[in-house]
Amino acid sequence: MTDALRPERSFQGLILTLHRFWAEQGCVVLQPYDMEVGAGTFHPATTLRSLGPKPWKAAYVQPSRRPKDGRYGENPNRLQHYYQYQVILKPSPPDLQDLYLRSLYAIGIDPGVHDIRFVEDDWESPTLGAWGLGWECWCDGMEVSQFTYFQQVAGFECSPVSGELTYGLERLAMYVQGVDRVYDLNFNGGSGADKVTYGDVFLQAEQEYSRHNFEAANTEMLFRHFKDAEAECKALLEQGAAGANGGPHTMALPAYDQCIKASHVFNLLDARGVISVTERQSYILRVRELAKACGAAWLQTDGGGFSG
Amino acid sequence: MPDLLIELFCEEIPARMQRRAAEDLKSLVTDALVGRGCVYEGAQAFATPRRLALHVAGLPASQPDLREEKKGPRVGAPDAAIQGFLKSAGLSDIGQATVQTDPKKGDFYVAIVESKGKPTPDVIAEIMPGIIRSFPWPKSMRWGNASSQPGALRWVRPLQSILCTFGPETETPDVVPFEIDGLRSGDFTRGHRFMAPDLILARRFEDYEQALQRAKVVLDADRRKEIILADARNLAFARGLELVEDEGLLEEVAGLVEWPVALVGSFDESFLAIPPEVVRATIRANQKCFVLRQPAEKGGALSNHFVLVSNIEAKDGGEKIVAGNERVVRARLSDARHFWETDQRPLPDYAMVADKPLDQRLAKLENLNIVFHEKLGTQGERVERLVELARAIAPMVGADADLAGRAARLAKADLVTEMVGEFPEVQGLMGRRYAELQGEHPSVAAAIEEHYKPQGPSDRVPTDPVSIAVALADKLDTLVGFWAIDEKPTGSKDPYALRRAALGVIRIVLENETRLPLGTVFGAVVRCWLEQKAPAVLAGLNGWSSPATLEELAQMERVMTAAFRTAKLGDFFADRLKVYLRDQGARHDLIDAVMSAGENQDDLLMIVRRVDALAKFLDSEDGANLLAATKRAANILRIEEKKDGRSYAEPLDLPLLKGAGQAEEKVLAEVLDVAEAHARQHVLAEDFAGAMGQLAAVRPALDAFFDKVTVNADDPALRANRLRLLARLREATRAVADFSKIGG
Repeated sequence: MTDALRPERSFQGLILTLHRFWAEQGCVVLQPYDMEVGAGTFHPATTLRSLGPKPWKAAYVQPSRRPKDGRYGENPNRLQHYYQYQVILKPSPPDLQDLYLRSLYAIGIDPGVHDIRFVEDDWESPTLGAWGLGWECWCDGMEVSQFTYFQQVAGFECSPVSGELTYGLERLAMYVQGVDRVYDLNFNGGSGADKVTYGDVFLQAEQEYSRHNFEAANTEMLFRHFKDAEAECKALLEQGAAGANGGPHTMALPAYDQCIKASHVFNLLDARGVISVTERQSYILRVRELAKACGAAWLQTDGGGFSG
Repeated sequence: MPDLLIELFCEEIPARMQRRAAEDLKSLVTDALVGRGCVYEGAQAFATPRRLALHVAGLPASQPDLREEKKGPRVGAPDAAIQGFLKSAGLSDIGQATVQTDPKKGDFYVAIVESKGKPTPDVIAEIMPGIIRSFPWPKSMRWGNASSQPGALRWVRPLQSILCTFGPETETPDVVPFEIDGLRSGDFTRGHRFMAPDLILARRFEDYEQALQRAKVVLDADRRKEIILADARNLAFARGLELVEDEGLLEEVAGLVEWPVALVGSFDESFLAIPPEVVRATIRANQKCFVLRQPAEKGGALSNHFVLVSNIEAKDGGEKIVAGNERVVRARLSDARHFWETDQRPLPDYAMVADKPLDQRLAKLENLNIVFHEKLGTQGERVERLVELARAIAPMVGADADLAGRAARLAKADLVTEMVGEFPEVQGLMGRRYAELQGEHPSVAAAIEEHYKPQGPSDRVPTDPVSIAVALADKLDTLVGFWAIDEKPTGSKDPYALRRAALGVIRIVLENETRLPLGTVFGAVVRCWLEQKAPAVLAGLNGWSSPATLEELAQMERVMTAAFRTAKLGDFFADRLKVYLRDQGARHDLIDAVMSAGENQDDLLMIVRRVDALAKFLDSEDGANLLAATKRAANILRIEEKKDGRSYAEPLDLPLLKGAGQAEEKVLAEVLDVAEAHARQHVLAEDFAGAMGQLAAVRPALDAFFDKVTVNADDPALRANRLRLLARLREATRAVADFSKIGG
């Protein structure tokens, strides 16, 4: 295998190895959702697909945006844009822990020489109205993944329960490559003049977006966008339900896009520091209401198990 | 006698829940067994991250047989009643029942129902599914395919296998068969996840425990703790260092591993420039590692080594594990150093309003309108009150008002520092460090840290007057605020730690021997709240008293005994004081006796001194005799007052006393007047021992009175006057304490 494909030699090799591993477990290997989200969980392939009775297995990389975590490229491991590797298995298989450990082995983490631990970490997303129980997975004292059994999503009980794995790709790559600074990661496995680092790809973006997120983003416009997305989400939900006529909801997915949009706009406003502590709660609540309504609509669709 | 062995094997159980869960398993199973007649000799429960285990020794092979008498209807009762009785007693014909005669009710049927005791394994198989289904985990979950069924099994994390065997020591025990949600009990388990993942067969506890030990699982959490502690100490010792012991961390770490292996890592010495508390907090909170320090004789400074506890004997001797942990510690300490340095730099956005870094953080705290409590307003408003209060309290505790005010102003500023944002447990401490760095007066810097103290009954009490002023301001402000919005502690619930705040006030005052008129101080607190006009607080304060009188009260000296009586905050303090004094070994009846004697109840120090003096007095012969005599007087008075339906607490009829009284009662009346007056003078001078001595002088006259005078005289007027005299005695002794509250 060339370094371009080896998980411990290149960032992309790590991703490709995980793709290969989870493809062999019967997952559909999806591409990132084409919208700004704060975490892989927001991808409809997780949020919406975890609702309803239909079995579902998917794996994908999701670029995740956390405007507040930007550090102008100066912090060795904090980024406002990073990659999550997301696996969702519904229902959660009985050997999920084992599968997860085998995936670590596949990327070069041998449990015979590393200390791998499952440490309590209950997961909750106030904006998605979701919670689950699980762990943060430690490798030699470093959190490398999040492991969750979804109990509730968009305010609905998960039936059946899905198992969700989220790998922090940059951290894992730094670990297997033995690098202390994220920007020093070898991206393509090249050496000498052919080597492309994570910094070559993303450092400038981190600097520019940090500036944007903290200093420049037009807050007036963002407040407007939040309202627009909220209104559009509700309108689409209403129209989709009206067209249904006892049949399935017809616009759950487009409505959910607007919910995602509102959530990201809120994160930007939060990073700009223009949302007070008390307002913060009410914004989270507004997004949650959208998420819940979208979840309810999804359950009225074919994908959500609606029949007749 | 047979033994029972149960193991519930599952995915990783949160460390904080393990110990409690093992105990719950033990009590649920043994209670259920005993409730069904299966008593046992001993039971032991265990927990590791992946299993709960229970060994119950000395159970009977089966339940005892039961013989029950079932009472039925009377003879000749309607047929429906007879039929119902037959059905419930399991009889086919009424001829199978016997007839008993009751003198009142006449003849009635009785059925003797005999049931053979079930074999204990059947009982176990019957109780286990219910115990597992309703296990009291703090949080539980569903999983897998079964999770879509209603009533699906819930467990803390997915339950993977159940071992359940029962049998005598001399033979191979049998599996106790039962099934729950498709999971069948068996006689197998698994060892360490990585080092011994294969199936292990075990039916007896000894075999089970030994097999686990061979399979790299230490079953007993206390044993794991011992191993960790011993290994960590040895590793430290080998490097000429000492382990900084940490029981909470030890307990948690023992719940994260089945096979503890302690290893030593290190970090760059330059990180030791960060305050040691922060280094420790970082390594502890994020990495669950122990820190090491130089031995005391070498100064005891923090070392750049730490002990980590892994869950595996790594093939490479732990080299990679140590390297990995060191890398994470390095990253975390880099973050901490970044916070430490950032917090010392100016905040450009607030450079216009304040010039020093910590003052700029305060400006930020105020500007962000950070909420302290929804009904109690913002942290900024709170700071305003604290400044005013600390300045008001300062002269009472011998502190400089300007320093106290400055300390109060900066006390909460570190809440918006990066460091405290990351590690809330170093609040106060960081404020102090940053204050020192910007050249604040040493007392101001110390007060920023110490105003949170004491955190509990064993925490240190601040002694610097500036710290005392701010600490009292902080606690009293909190108490009055939460009291006003009716968020009082109830039962075991005290979410705002108000009991701790009150105890803090008590300890600060008493241990520093501070004279603090609580009423006056409360007046100041109320005044601060009134000025800020928080609606919920105003409503609460108005509920205690009308707004007009509240304004007056805020100016008054005796708020605690007035408005606070309605609001019962005074009572709350009194209760806390009693708890505190009791813990100190004081007799609770003496505390009651002093506290119900009235006056000056808002001076905690004086209450305590009185209790002390009273205890000493009662130990003396004079005291014991006086107590006996006053008790005798009180008893007579109580009985007669009850008989007459009236109180004799009224002035003596002096002409009658002079005219018809016996010599002994005249003397007693006089002696009482003199003794009471003297006792009160001594109380005013705060000479409580002296006050008691004055009362002791009453004794000869009192003895003579009881000796020679008949209280229940035939002449009703004379009798009433003598009862008044006894009431007078009660009144006089109240100058020091309410003797009726004293036991023994």
